[in-house]
Amino acid sequence: MNKYTERLYNGLVKENPTFVLMLGMCPTLAVTTSAINGIGMGLSTTVVLVLSNMLISMLRKIIPDSVRMPAFIVVVASFVTIVQFLMEGFVPSLYASLGIYIPLIVVNCIILGRAESYASKNPVLPSMFDGIGMGLGFTFGLTCIGIVRELLGSGKVFDIQVLPESYEPITIFILAPGAFFVLACLTALQNVMKKKALEKGDVKKAEKIGCGTNCAECGKKETCGNLK
Amino acid sequence: MKELLLIAVGSAFVNNVVLSQFLGICPFLGVSKNVKTAGGMGGAVIFVITISSFVTGLIYKFILVPTGFEYLQTIVFILVIAALVQFVEMFLKKVMPPLYNALGVYLPLITTNCAVLGVALTNVTKSYSILEGVVNGFATAAGFLVAIVLMAGIREKIEYNDVPEAFRGTPIVLVTAGLMAIAFFGFSGLI
Repeated sequence: MNKYTERLYNGLVKENPTFVLMLGMCPTLAVTTSAINGIGMGLSTTVVLVLSNMLISMLRKIIPDSVRMPAFIVVVASFVTIVQFLMEGFVPSLYASLGIYIPLIVVNCIILGRAESYASKNPVLPSMFDGIGMGLGFTFGLTCIGIVRELLGSGKVFDIQVLPESYEPITIFILAPGAFFVLACLTALQNVMKKKALEKGDVKKAEKIGCGTNCAECGKKETCGNLK
Repeated sequence: MKELLLIAVGSAFVNNVVLSQFLGICPFLGVSKNVKTAGGMGGAVIFVITISSFVTGLIYKFILVPTGFEYLQTIVFILVIAALVQFVEMFLKKVMPPLYNALGVYLPLITTNCAVLGVALTNVTKSYSILEGVVNGFATAAGFLVAIVLMAGIREKIEYNDVPEAFRGTPIVLVTAGLMAIAFFGFSGLI
């Protein structure tokens, strides 16, 4: 595997931001009421992630170390603004349903996390593929959660009726509490995976599950590692 | 006055920032282990969000709108918030050491809290006046305080319960949050 496909594999599977690292939880919970919203949010995040990774990687030797955080934020915020206006112009219905969560991509920890831990240290092309891998991994995660919630909550997937009419939709799954329940099952699954990895003695793998590589800002740093 | 009250009740309970808008999930999960720290975090959030809604409101109305740069709001707001948190931290350290000792550790955590930017943007989207914006900010943050303190209280009790092994830690907290969100649906009849 060359280093570009390795980056893609890393983002999609090995360090999947939704299922493995658990980054960017606010949009994950908020916009996954349907599969299409999940895809829309995932792809717009991907675009911002790829562009900001590339620009930050290009500027990595120019930006002084002491002001790198504000500089990253400005770069990310600029791309978010561009994406926001493009979406408002070309996909107004998606823009309306994602609403405030589009500008909030700025504070999505995946983007600053990748800028800090990868793009600021690596050349442009690998950074670009890192962005694509991570972004598609995020899109994949959001879409999966969106499909589950939409299926259980309304019997549809991508607005197409798949379950028979006799199925009584569990509406709670497309409402706010459903988001918490789905995520709870997901993190429980991670706990099981983490425990299995630990039993095999694979501490490195276990540490990665459910925890971003950039732990300093992570709100879960107190809860994580409970099973050790 | 009635409108302000409606905004306050609406953003504190009906559209609770954590339980129905999913903003500020990270501190909600991370800093809700005991009631005291949860209260400290909630206090710091109230402090920062109220000030930041006032400052961003002023900047939007008197700088961005007259110069026609409204489209830069996201960039300007996030920078203002990041700078403001630093400034508030320094100011408190110098002028009010007791308050700083109580809130200090939580302040840096707040810069990355999406609720702060979320409130600033909501104020603009709903075209609130500066006073309405401040009330909205204060009420949203008060809603956060209520949610995080309730959660911390519940978590202190969960410690003594026999939770299935896979659900220990974050999962049971999320299940609890889901049940709280159902309870908060009860408020939707208020407005």
